[in-house]
Amino acid sequence: MATAPAKTRAPIYEGTRIPHPIPTVLRVSDELRATGDVMTVNFGPNHPSTHGVLRLVVDLFGEDVVGLEAVVGYLHTGFEKNMEQKTWWKAITYPERIDYLSYQNNELVFVLAIEQLLALETPPKASWMRTCLCELNRIHSHLVWLGTAALELGAISMFWYCFREREQILDLFEMVTGARMHTRYFQAGGLAEDIPRGFYPEARKFVEWMPHAVDDYEALVDRNKIWLERTQGLGLLSADDAIALGQSGPVLRASGVDWDLRRVQPYLSYADCEFRVPVHHEGDVYARYRVHMEEMRESTKIIAQCLDRLEGMEGEPWIADDRKVVLPPREELHTSMESLIHHFKIVTEGYRVPEGEIYVTVESPRGEMGCYVVSDGGPKPWRVKFRAPSFVALEATATCMTDALIADMIAVVGSLDTVMGEVDR
Amino acid sequence: MTYEGVPGLVETVEAHGETTLVVDPARLIEACTHLRDAEGFNFLSDISATDYLGWGSVGVSGYIGTARGRDLNLPATQGLQVLPQAKSKRFAVNYHLLSVSDRPRRVRLQAWVDDGEAVSSVVGVWPTADWHEREAWDLMGIPFDGHPNLKRILLDDDWEGHPLRKDYPIGGEPVRFSEEE
Repeated sequence: MATAPAKTRAPIYEGTRIPHPIPTVLRVSDELRATGDVMTVNFGPNHPSTHGVLRLVVDLFGEDVVGLEAVVGYLHTGFEKNMEQKTWWKAITYPERIDYLSYQNNELVFVLAIEQLLALETPPKASWMRTCLCELNRIHSHLVWLGTAALELGAISMFWYCFREREQILDLFEMVTGARMHTRYFQAGGLAEDIPRGFYPEARKFVEWMPHAVDDYEALVDRNKIWLERTQGLGLLSADDAIALGQSGPVLRASGVDWDLRRVQPYLSYADCEFRVPVHHEGDVYARYRVHMEEMRESTKIIAQCLDRLEGMEGEPWIADDRKVVLPPREELHTSMESLIHHFKIVTEGYRVPEGEIYVTVESPRGEMGCYVVSDGGPKPWRVKFRAPSFVALEATATCMTDALIADMIAVVGSLDTVMGEVDR
Repeated sequence: MTYEGVPGLVETVEAHGETTLVVDPARLIEACTHLRDAEGFNFLSDISATDYLGWGSVGVSGYIGTARGRDLNLPATQGLQVLPQAKSKRFAVNYHLLSVSDRPRRVRLQAWVDDGEAVSSVVGVWPTADWHEREAWDLMGIPFDGHPNLKRILLDDDWEGHPLRKDYPIGGEPVRFSEEE
């Protein structure tokens, strides 16, 4: 076995593979159905390898997948309806709970929407710290993806290694925000609290260690024959199909499209950061894995640049000085009547956001995270709608599973990096 | 950047650095095809429907959280209510388009419809619209003409009503607290 020639990766297909007429459903042809050998299997919604509660209805002809339909909605909890009942201030807690792996990015997109409607400027320290936390969050999300996706293909040790570094990141979050997950650290106007001084040395330690950790992961699987056989040449998606299916993030970059919102429409402090956007052209599961790995290295570099800047900003404001939106400092409540009134008004009634509509997007670990917000000028959002990258990623399942085997389904669905909480909202 | 050539264009709104093109729903497919082929908007980011039922029925007062809102002489800051600008119809269907190219740019396409009025499906223009339109149908009750598979996506197939509508009650789902009920 050890001397077997290296498998050449299947070339990416020509033309389009998007099923017709329904782009998200792979249909069994009538001739095949007539043979009587097609078996319909229900996969999920409660299955350990579906990253939550995804149900796939699969038609099998032997081991070949000849039909496939993804069924979602098992985690629908009505986040968007709930947010319409909360003041802007209180609604910030909701978007992070949509996606339990990239909470800071989700929180950011909603906070940015509020700030743009308010035309509120954030101080540079807040912007750099947000960048830093969003990148830590990206590594965190990629680690959980890598650990679970590898676990499903049998690489159990990968899971332990990934969760080792994940633990470090969660410790950093806990130090800054007091919570390991769902931190709610971003406020409209900046950050909820100043950065604790102990954060910098701990974050430095992490930045120094992380590249070695990525080396560890690569040593585990990069030359592992089983891993390569089960990822290379599978789940193909061409660049044109990826764009037509609205794919974004690592899936799009693994299909050869050089596209990253952090670079093409820089937000926060990304314009002042130096980083590379990893792009692979094979469009298979292995390419998606490579993009995730290289992004973790790039994110580490961005965090180091953020720390360089933040360490020189000791004593600078971390939130905008706007008492109509931002809570007054706690100590002022004892001495200042105006502060007490502002505090009371913001907490009870909430601030009003001018009438208007806006669509804000950020590059979350899973791709383009969008937030469409409508305000009628009142203290509660009129409508909030999230563009969840996971929801869109699952639309590509049928295309990626064309001509695939049932055993590859786990690898392919896993490589799309979906979080079902975000899919169903 | 002007979009004068878009078929069925009713109005162009510029706000917060974004462009919104209000189009005639009857010519939606033409407008979408034009934007994709002639303007290069090859990427449909999202479809979001909004229900404006009751919009403006309750005036809003209190300070606005902006510098302008601190002006005590402005109407709404002294308890006098202001009403938001009236909308032409009940529902707005928004298409957030993006050009994935060397010249990245975004535009929002907006079509206004009343309850029960169908919107043409754009699945033929951008295949990704499939699930977005199913979601808009499921949660907001916008029917899409020509959609190949228009059924509920997030809720059960036998669910009644469309929860994101403004007239759908909060806590509308009956909850059984004991065996006797």
